Amino acid sequence: MNFDFSDDLKQLRDQARRFLSEQCTPAVVRRSLDGQETFAAPLWQAMAEMGWIGATIPEEYGGAGLGYEGLCVLAEELGRVVAPVPFASTAYLAAEAILLAGSEAQKQSWLPRFAEGTAIGCLALSEGTGNPDPDAIRARVAGGRLTGAKWPVADGSIADVAVVVARDETNGVGLYVVDLAGVERRELKTLDPSRDHARLAFEGVAAERLGGADGWATVQRLMDRAAILFAFEQVGGADAALQMARDYALERYAFGRPIGSFQAIKHKLADMYVALELARSNAYYGAWALATDAAELPIAAATARVSATDAFHLASKENIQTHGGIGFTWAVDCHLLYRRSKQLALNLGGAPYWKNRLVDLLETRNAA
Amino acid sequence: MDFNDTPEEAAFRARARAFLSANAEPKAGTRPVLRLGGMDAAMVAKCKDWQARKADAGFAGITWPKRWGGQELSPILQVIYAQEEENYAVPRGLFEIGLGMCIPTMMAYATPAQLERYVTPALRGQEVWCQLFSEPAGGSDLAALRTRAEKDGDDWIINGQKIWTSGAHLSDFGIIVVRTDPNVPKHEGLTFFFLDMKSPGIEIRPIHQMSGTSHFNEVFFTDVRVPDAQRLGPVGAGWRVSITTLMNERLAVGEVARPDVDDLVALSRSVMVDGQPAIRSSAVREKIADWYARSQGLKFTRFRTMTAMSRGQTPGPENSIAKLVNASKLQDIASFGLDLMGNAGLVVDDDLTEAYGMFQSALLSSPSARIAGGSDEILRNIIAERVLGLPADIRADKGMPFNKVPTGKR
Repeated sequence: MNFDFSDDLKQLRDQARRFLSEQCTPAVVRRSLDGQETFAAPLWQAMAEMGWIGATIPEEYGGAGLGYEGLCVLAEELGRVVAPVPFASTAYLAAEAILLAGSEAQKQSWLPRFAEGTAIGCLALSEGTGNPDPDAIRARVAGGRLTGAKWPVADGSIADVAVVVARDETNGVGLYVVDLAGVERRELKTLDPSRDHARLAFEGVAAERLGGADGWATVQRLMDRAAILFAFEQVGGADAALQMARDYALERYAFGRPIGSFQAIKHKLADMYVALELARSNAYYGAWALATDAAELPIAAATARVSATDAFHLASKENIQTHGGIGFTWAVDCHLLYRRSKQLALNLGGAPYWKNRLVDLLETRNAA
Repeated sequence: MDFNDTPEEAAFRARARAFLSANAEPKAGTRPVLRLGGMDAAMVAKCKDWQARKADAGFAGITWPKRWGGQELSPILQVIYAQEEENYAVPRGLFEIGLGMCIPTMMAYATPAQLERYVTPALRGQEVWCQLFSEPAGGSDLAALRTRAEKDGDDWIINGQKIWTSGAHLSDFGIIVVRTDPNVPKHEGLTFFFLDMKSPGIEIRPIHQMSGTSHFNEVFFTDVRVPDAQRLGPVGAGWRVSITTLMNERLAVGEVARPDVDDLVALSRSVMVDGQPAIRSSAVREKIADWYARSQGLKFTRFRTMTAMSRGQTPGPENSIAKLVNASKLQDIASFGLDLMGNAGLVVDDDLTEAYGMFQSALLSSPSARIAGGSDEILRNIIAERVLGLPADIRADKGMPFNKVPTGKR
């Protein structure tokens, strides 16, 4: 039994934590939050130089070959600091889609650019209200031209390329690579302005098919894999919220004693810890499934996702509660985590979607 | 990351599996063993027989010294044996406290001659031990216990009452913590002994639980004589010795009680709600998903603990989360499963109701799971103080001589 990250990966984690604590401070996050910039471009460039963006991109396409466990480790650290960068969109979604389904030419043209930080990718799936559903796809490709609107698309206004889910001429669902130069985009105001979101309007834009006829199966596979990485970001965020609440509970005095000595606070923090540990253990199982491409990956992913969404929601809201009045001010950083918790929960399909998927998978497994 | 055993672990696991498959029935497909009832003589005999067979095969006292019949192997192998045994319907419930808590405390404090006398019979299932800690006035606040011992020559005379003593009526020996000095603050006036449960002056009365069964006892002491030679640790050091006992509790691998989420999935497929199997209802699916995620989270937390043990580290207080999560989950799953059954959920008849009546049983037994062995509230305190480093509770009795501490009517 070796259910832990290797010493090399722990070293990567420590380096990432040190680097991000210096380079991705709350002040950096707030520049995106306050609308001064759409994302932290210098941080993004540094991440590229360290090989983070191309962590799972093979070396022949300019990647760093850190592997999926390495990507999980980085995801946790980026979640911890609420990083205002298009990492998930580029690394877990666009690069991963091209790795999973792309032709040699598509890999050649996009993966090296992702890895070196000169192109940002995104996944254009949603078309308004509702969770991921193949029947809800209206965008359509005919004669190699894409028509339709996608919103919200995470990192849509800063991306260079989108992987778009759309119907083909036979009404099947397919994936398409679309160069976003010249595409009409509108930046959207969202609950979490530390991440860019946009509405993309495609009016006869050139679209190149990515992969074969089983488009939705690829989308599902992509989402399962990304769910594990999202879970690590959520675990990182939940850990940060718990640490923040703990530190405050030790420093803040009321009635002549630290508020952390009151059981009402202690028990709240204990519950946050329990949710976090369960989520962390489920995420570790997901990391194992991702690294080994195990048959259990879909169940592991849904479990990790359900657990981590719950843990980050609990930790981020109770962190505000532990802080009292100061906790809901703009000036204190509690809301950064609270906003990011909802952004991560909704970006890949909300909790009801993943719970339903988990039970679907359990039913299939038990029937087998 | 990998889930593979080391070659040593794999060899031990294979040996454990071979022993179990030759000597016990696989649990899968059997009725759940509802160990709610007081243990009858036949069950006691089965437990003793099973323990002796385990000892003969080298699966008892896995981590204990060889000179007392143990195997001197690493704790991870103990966990591996427990994992394998979990798959078999073997008689359980008589030796967990003795072997998990009492004898390890003896090993830390008893004389070599005493260990020579007591360890092997306990390991072979010939003698049963119980732990006499809680009292009517000292549960979560264990150090508030009042049973007193007074020195009389080479003996101590014990008077008072213990409560919640599992298996006292079946036990040959017990470990006990008592007050030997009421004039000092509560933690400083305690002393620890082991004693013969057949000593004159001990009276044992079963406690009738809300589940209808009697797992626990009240134990009354009237002028019970215990030789000073049976004292464990110095006079006044009883609290420190008690902590040794309680630390061992953490290493015990708890069996996951049923019904668990798999039982709920099975029930949800067979019970109809609104003209279709309950599992089609989104309200049911949401609950199943939440409990499944919790069950899996605990399973993989155990794997992380095993990884640490495999590297020679000692599991810490973070293991307190397992009982905290499991006990509430059991109560909630039981209640939810009964809701799905509708009116018939009320019926207590193992042959008539769904799932052999295990949901009904668990509804009535789960409240005790949230209290016994550290209440939910005490476990949250442990996590908050020892894992998160929050300050200990501010105590009204701190530094106060025990006999000046205010008491209530209950």
